[in-house]
Amino acid sequence: MMPPDSPPAAIAAPDTPTPAPPGLVALLTAFAKISLAGFGGVLVWARRGIVDQHRWMTPDEFNETYALCHFLPGPNVVNLAVVFGSRFRGIPGAIAAFAGLLGPPLIAVTSLAALYARFGEIDALRRILAGVSCAAVGLLISAVFRMMMPLIRRRDLAGLMMLAAVFISIGLLRLPLEAVLLAAIPVSLAITFGMRRRVAS
Amino acid sequence: MNPDPNPVWTLAWTFGLMSLFAVGGANAAIPEMHRIAVDVRHWMTDTQFADVFAISQMSPGPNVLIVALIGYSVAGVTGGLVATLAMCGPTAVLAYYVSRLLTRSSQSRWPAMIQMALVPLSIGLMGASGLILAQTSDRTWIAALVTALSAVLAFATRLNPFWLLLAGGCLGFAGVI
Repeated sequence: MMPPDSPPAAIAAPDTPTPAPPGLVALLTAFAKISLAGFGGVLVWARRGIVDQHRWMTPDEFNETYALCHFLPGPNVVNLAVVFGSRFRGIPGAIAAFAGLLGPPLIAVTSLAALYARFGEIDALRRILAGVSCAAVGLLISAVFRMMMPLIRRRDLAGLMMLAAVFISIGLLRLPLEAVLLAAIPVSLAITFGMRRRVAS
Repeated sequence: MNPDPNPVWTLAWTFGLMSLFAVGGANAAIPEMHRIAVDVRHWMTDTQFADVFAISQMSPGPNVLIVALIGYSVAGVTGGLVATLAMCGPTAVLAYYVSRLLTRSSQSRWPAMIQMALVPLSIGLMGASGLILAQTSDRTWIAALVTALSAVLAFATRLNPFWLLLAGGCLGFAGVI
């Protein structure tokens, strides 16, 4: 198990987190609060809770942890909670953060599912859901463009081409995810490593 | 279509396997969820899928909870629980081990490089999610306009997404869409 006071990043950030590591109950309740506050994405609230409110991590440590969780498969914020919890309290900490993040909203969403199964055919509810889903799709599309901006600014042509290839094969051709990724990941890795080598030499 | 003798087991392995390929998080896996739930397994219709997406966006918590809604529609409360654990559990274990490995061998460069290689792919997947969901929810010109407007507002302003969802719901209730 990791010591609770594992060494932080080499350079001390301006505001160092308080040395007191959170206990299991604190982890559970903190992630439950983060999760219940987060409409349409929990990441912002995770940063607010962990870095600003509790000062359990510096902004740099948070970014590093998030970068790790972003390249791993699976829901990013769930991975973040597990990595964060385990860093302070080992496996029990990971389980506490996982349960806090998923437990309360799972109850909420299950209640909504039950209501939908019972009243989903009511006309007014059908109209409301249709309207919400239109707006929700817009939110998703805006997130895509936000994430694309750095690639466009960098003129990362190879990255944009990989992006387009995945978009076409999944969105238009509706190919299975596994097949597309098993082809796209090696190609993208080869391009990234190749470009680095060219820059280095 | 043949009734599945053990739908809970099907949920478990379907989402467990999917999670390992969910590069870029839950929203990037939506096309695959749609393909499996609507086209392959016939768990729900196109419209129900759009509804479930809307409900998952309206409720608090991580976006991944859309799998709880899909699971619920297949096998009730157990289905929702199993789908959620299958989608989150295996990758959580993976994240735990990888993070321990990386803190031991610090200063390693390759996570950043792998991330750089994966980011364009996950954006492409999310774009495909947007397209597939737009095709299911935007059946009229006005609906497409609402989606476009919400996209522009969310992109250009720092408005809390909740207000946009609420506005969409009100327009829907008023019968505009």
